[in-house]
Amino acid sequence: MSKFLLQVNGKSYDVVAPADETLLSVLRNHLNLTGTKYGCGEGQCGACTVLMDGAPTRSCSIPAVAAAGTRITTIEGLEQLGRLTPVQEAFLEEGAFQCGYCTAGMIMSATALLRDNHSPNHEQILDAMNGNVCRCGTYPRILAAIKRAAARETAVGGGQ
Amino acid sequence: MSLSELPILVGATHSESEPKPQLDRRDFLKVLGGGLLICLAPEFSTSQESGRTFGGHELPKDINAWLHIDADGRVKVFTGKVEVGQNIRTSLAQAVAEELRVPFDSITMIMGDTDLVPWDMGTFGSRTTPTMSPQLRNMAVAGRQMLLEMAAQRWNTDASKLIAESGTIKTPDGSKSLSYGELTRGEDLVRTVCDPPLTPATEWKIAGTPVPKAHGRDFVTGKHQFPSDIIRPGMQFGAVLRPQGFNATLQSIDTSAAEKITGVQVVRDGDFTGVVAGDAFTARHAVSAIQAKWNVPEQQGNKGLFEYLKNNPEGRTSEPDHQAGSVEQALANAEVKVEAQYTVEYIAHAPQEPRAAVAEWDNGKLTVWTGTQRPFGVQEELMHAFQLSPKQVRVIQPDMGSGYGGKHTGEAAMEAARLSKAAGKPVKVVWTREEEFTWAYLRPAGLIEIKAGARHDGTLVAWEYHNYNSGPAAIGTPYDIENQLIQFHPAKSPLRQGSYRGLAATANHFARESHMDVVANAAGVEPLAFRMKNLSNPRLKAVLQAAAEKFGWGNVKSTPDRGFGIACGTDKGGFVATCAEVAVDRASKQVKIRRAVQAWECGAIVNPDGLRNQVQGALVQAIGGALFERILFGNGRIQNPVFSKYRVPRFSDTPEVEIVLLDRKDLPSAGAGETGIVGLAPAVGNAIFAATGVRLRHMPMTPDNNIVRA
Repeated sequence: MSKFLLQVNGKSYDVVAPADETLLSVLRNHLNLTGTKYGCGEGQCGACTVLMDGAPTRSCSIPAVAAAGTRITTIEGLEQLGRLTPVQEAFLEEGAFQCGYCTAGMIMSATALLRDNHSPNHEQILDAMNGNVCRCGTYPRILAAIKRAAARETAVGGGQ
Repeated sequence: MSLSELPILVGATHSESEPKPQLDRRDFLKVLGGGLLICLAPEFSTSQESGRTFGGHELPKDINAWLHIDADGRVKVFTGKVEVGQNIRTSLAQAVAEELRVPFDSITMIMGDTDLVPWDMGTFGSRTTPTMSPQLRNMAVAGRQMLLEMAAQRWNTDASKLIAESGTIKTPDGSKSLSYGELTRGEDLVRTVCDPPLTPATEWKIAGTPVPKAHGRDFVTGKHQFPSDIIRPGMQFGAVLRPQGFNATLQSIDTSAAEKITGVQVVRDGDFTGVVAGDAFTARHAVSAIQAKWNVPEQQGNKGLFEYLKNNPEGRTSEPDHQAGSVEQALANAEVKVEAQYTVEYIAHAPQEPRAAVAEWDNGKLTVWTGTQRPFGVQEELMHAFQLSPKQVRVIQPDMGSGYGGKHTGEAAMEAARLSKAAGKPVKVVWTREEEFTWAYLRPAGLIEIKAGARHDGTLVAWEYHNYNSGPAAIGTPYDIENQLIQFHPAKSPLRQGSYRGLAATANHFARESHMDVVANAAGVEPLAFRMKNLSNPRLKAVLQAAAEKFGWGNVKSTPDRGFGIACGTDKGGFVATCAEVAVDRASKQVKIRRAVQAWECGAIVNPDGLRNQVQGALVQAIGGALFERILFGNGRIQNPVFSKYRVPRFSDTPEVEIVLLDRKDLPSAGAGETGIVGLAPAVGNAIFAATGVRLRHMPMTPDNNIVRA
């Protein structure tokens, strides 16, 4: 068992977990932050994407203890005082989901992309998003949402 | 959906002797509080699809409340249909709001909770829009009529002189008005409804409009709780020991190492072995610590699969599905004759959310939250397994991470219930991706053999068609052919197989529309003209025309670098035509779908935005089965049960997509969840042929790096 401090969405959590328990498992099953999803457990589908110091990270593929000392943002941490981020707004406006299970991971990956590059071209969006799977096939709408968010914002609010 | 098209399910329980689920009227009213309660006439209720007998199960006639108006004017609508991403939580609410004349936002849909909603067979077969929607609309019309009468009574006037609008009843001059809440306050009223006139689609104000997905905000903020997100006080986590292969028998088992782990309880019950622990990680760890030896028998794998399916019929030989004229004679005399075999592999639904359930026992009552397309089916499974009455089992289906026909069964619910019973605490079970690939069920593989005959002018004269194992959905040809013999041959499947989005309609359209291209080519007739020549169905011709126009069909000729293909079809009341453009790298023979246009018609459109999303999503999902999805298996094991080995469509696979919707307000609305998936594969196959001259007759067509191989 390891004892460590996780900083998630601006809050600090004391965590006691096995050294090899994943960040995803700790977020969902210890901290009850269930917005981040399990999809494959091997970093292939992007449903579990969170931001670690702003970088998109597959939380199913790293031990939670390795995230100690970083600032983690999950889907729950994007909305601030009832205000959605431009990426969240754009997903709503484009109706860029069907079942919505991949949506959290999509939004986290897109948020990271737009933070680094305010006006990505089509190929850059594909590169950044290709690790995220939407089995319902809403890719065209997600692409439209990302382009919409990019066009609107100059600085993406991505939590802390 | 005819009974013959019902999902082929192995392991689903539809026992004929089970008690019928029922809801106690007093419990029901306790949940609802006071208000207007509208009931459905039994003779009407049995005429709806959900009420037909299904495995001996009939719709309970004494429970048929569908709609409730609260004293504050809010409307609750009850249905056993479930939201899995197809957007019926929104479209059904639109239909009710339309007929009841209330704002969309005043509707709350209560879905898939066996304690609260009337029994329902399940959410599949594109049946929600053609059956549940009219049923709920009937209730709403009757409710509106009753409110009009109540107001008329208060004002001592005639109901026909009053207007129902935006949740109020008013006089035409507006001098008097009462909200629905003011009218129903404190009253429990019941009325039996027959078949009231529905609002025609041409007059719709809320239905027919692009209302955004209900609760959309909860999905972009992570607030929505999917089945796997449910948390209960004191909840433990469970995991189940899996055999090393299908049809395996347990040789020996040693659970001592697992039992030594702090906080772990091992649960054994016959062949079932599972563990419960305080956290998910420990539960998984404990299962992997169990030492079990299994005998796995030799079993059929991919090699020789299609011969196996042909040579291993299930049951006695079935009758032809369609027969007309004499195929034998017509083929003998045909000027153009072409025969070919087409094959499709097993593929997985691979919903992003795997099977999940939380089970909780309280004073002998079992409550399970789980992701399923058949909450009442899961309730029956649980009742059966634990010898419980319907009142003792409640299944709640939170809007889930999709299904595509893959979640008809209640495996995770059963496992969670067993473990929870043994542990005496609520238990959550979430399947791993590998479990979902291996222990769920698959879309059937199949072999299709076609012999076709035509005249030189392109008139089809003979069509002989045999489908082994893949299924009878959309097996009939929509083309006018005088001599036909069409037959489905069920086979003994080496893998567990079941329902799927479109089910066999995908394979049957791939085979038929590919072969149509083959015959057109042999007869020297242009593919679109060939189809039009042999079609009389105006709805199918209309979508073909619409897709061709939008695509610019025929404007550019195919070249070795760029091919164009077209296909069309119909199933479950939906009509689809798809045009595809593929790019082929001349040296590597690598293929990519560049552009797709899909025209769609399913009667009057209830929500154009939701419909567009469904039809587009089906097309994108179809890319996987068309080009690269396939289950690899042998000796009782799935060999690619992970996303790193099972390729699903990604952003980079997605072409430019245009969807053309034809709105037929003069026709009843049909479902749209499935048939949008059938057109892409043959359109792409035909486009690949147009570019390369290579006819691909196997789905997936390009499993290895999208390379076209002759």
